[in-house]
Amino acid sequence: MIHLENVHKAFANGHAALAGVDLEIARGEVFGIIGRSGAGKSTLVRLLNGLECPTAGRVEIDGIALDGLSGEGLRALRRRVGMIFQNFGLLGSRTIFDNVALPLRIAGADKARIAARVPELLARVGLADHRAKYPAQLSGGQKQRVGIARALATDPDILLCDEATSALDPETTRSILALLGDLNRELGLTIVLITHEMEVVRQVCDRVAVLHAGRVVEAGSVADVFLRPRAAETRALIDEDGEDARPLAFDGPLARLTLQGDAVLQPVLTRIARETGTDFVILDGRIGRLRDASFGQLTLGLSGGNTEAALAALRQHGEVAA
Amino acid sequence: MNGWFANVDWSEIGQACLDTLAMLGGSLLLTLALGLPLGVLLLLTSPGQIWQNRVVSGGLALAVNLLRSVPFIILLIVMIPLTVLLAGTSLGVAGAIPPLVVGAAPFFARLVETALREVDRNTIEAVQAMGATTRDLVFRALLPEALPGILAGATVTAIALVSFTAMAGAVGAGGLGDLAIRFGYQRFQTDVMLVTVALLLVLVQLLQMAGDRLVRHFTRR
Repeated sequence: MIHLENVHKAFANGHAALAGVDLEIARGEVFGIIGRSGAGKSTLVRLLNGLECPTAGRVEIDGIALDGLSGEGLRALRRRVGMIFQNFGLLGSRTIFDNVALPLRIAGADKARIAARVPELLARVGLADHRAKYPAQLSGGQKQRVGIARALATDPDILLCDEATSALDPETTRSILALLGDLNRELGLTIVLITHEMEVVRQVCDRVAVLHAGRVVEAGSVADVFLRPRAAETRALIDEDGEDARPLAFDGPLARLTLQGDAVLQPVLTRIARETGTDFVILDGRIGRLRDASFGQLTLGLSGGNTEAALAALRQHGEVAA
Repeated sequence: MNGWFANVDWSEIGQACLDTLAMLGGSLLLTLALGLPLGVLLLLTSPGQIWQNRVVSGGLALAVNLLRSVPFIILLIVMIPLTVLLAGTSLGVAGAIPPLVVGAAPFFARLVETALREVDRNTIEAVQAMGATTRDLVFRALLPEALPGILAGATVTAIALVSFTAMAGAVGAGGLGDLAIRFGYQRFQTDVMLVTVALLLVLVQLLQMAGDRLVRHFTRR
């Protein structure tokens, strides 16, 4: 649905924000783009609705090349692509109702349609009672919900999220991400989300691309990228997610076990320990959820018994790296 | 008539008040009408904006800065031929309005530009991302969002215009400034001076209060 081919973007001051980006984003997926500040994420997401133009390369949405668009063509495309922002971008001079109505008015919708559609949108994001308030009277999470309602007003196929949860506390972030997940499932909305937080990607994305210095250094399913990172930049981002990268010293054979799906809920270690007489010491580990799947990743120290048989048994349940 | 205000001719004071108010009202209306679009244009043509254009933006900035750097009393005199062309006379209320507008409009335009620049970048992007035309962007987002700032700028401009009208009095425009100069200064009639200064002070005070009230009315935070 979204296709980027060798996209470059250099600014007038010579700074190259993007240096050859290829991306393929499918209809109906939640696609994360993660990277540090300055990696080019904001520029990349702005290429997808023509807020920025590439200096070279091709950006296509549903087979339509964006560089051929201007005037009415570009405005029509923008009505199919909603966007939400880190600072919400609401109009402080207008009520919540009028903020959500604005894209409809710009699109030329009549009064009756606006009067019917806006309450529907506000109910969808859980703000039905706040229509007469002004943005300054709402909390950050509520403001972002208004932003989402506004972005959905023209029934877009794609929603772009520019660091949409970076200004919110962890609990509000979770509720906004849950809302985005629901919209993706219920409306089939394709969501492109940029963030610097691995946690955001883990909670809501299906696939992810890691952006570093204007290039995609790694891309794939969230489970693959998160559990088996190949690029050093990816590992650094994951390690920032609350983990100590240095393993504990252990005198004996080590195994790094990765479990996914049902295996996470099985008593794997105790069963193998009983069968092989090998004891396990857990040196490092994390167990949790990706968007729809559970995972466990443990660094184990093996002690005594038949360690060869224990390793072989571990391999039957998940991936083992020494 | 004896007493403290022996030299004060109240009917003349009344006429001068009316003249000052007429100059202020006329020039303020025209200043707002010219300065507002000029301010919008200054913003839109500046680097990084939708109509960015170095020639137009540079030209406008130069014109605005030139007009703002000429002291108003000099502008009054330099402009006399143009004033006669525009207003038919360089005297009285009508003759004062062209130089007042030329003096104040660039000033107000800069204040408008500054107020528009304060509008949050994400807000502008959000409206553009909805598929807004430039016209939508200006009238549905930029101007409404910057309205409190623009009104504050209009208040400052109105007060600057009050002092400009007093100077215009020096070259035959009439009004309170004219009285203050001719009677208070040239004939040492301190009582006339006091009355005119008091009236100007009240006028400025009223303008500021009205402006503050409007700004408060349109501020939603």
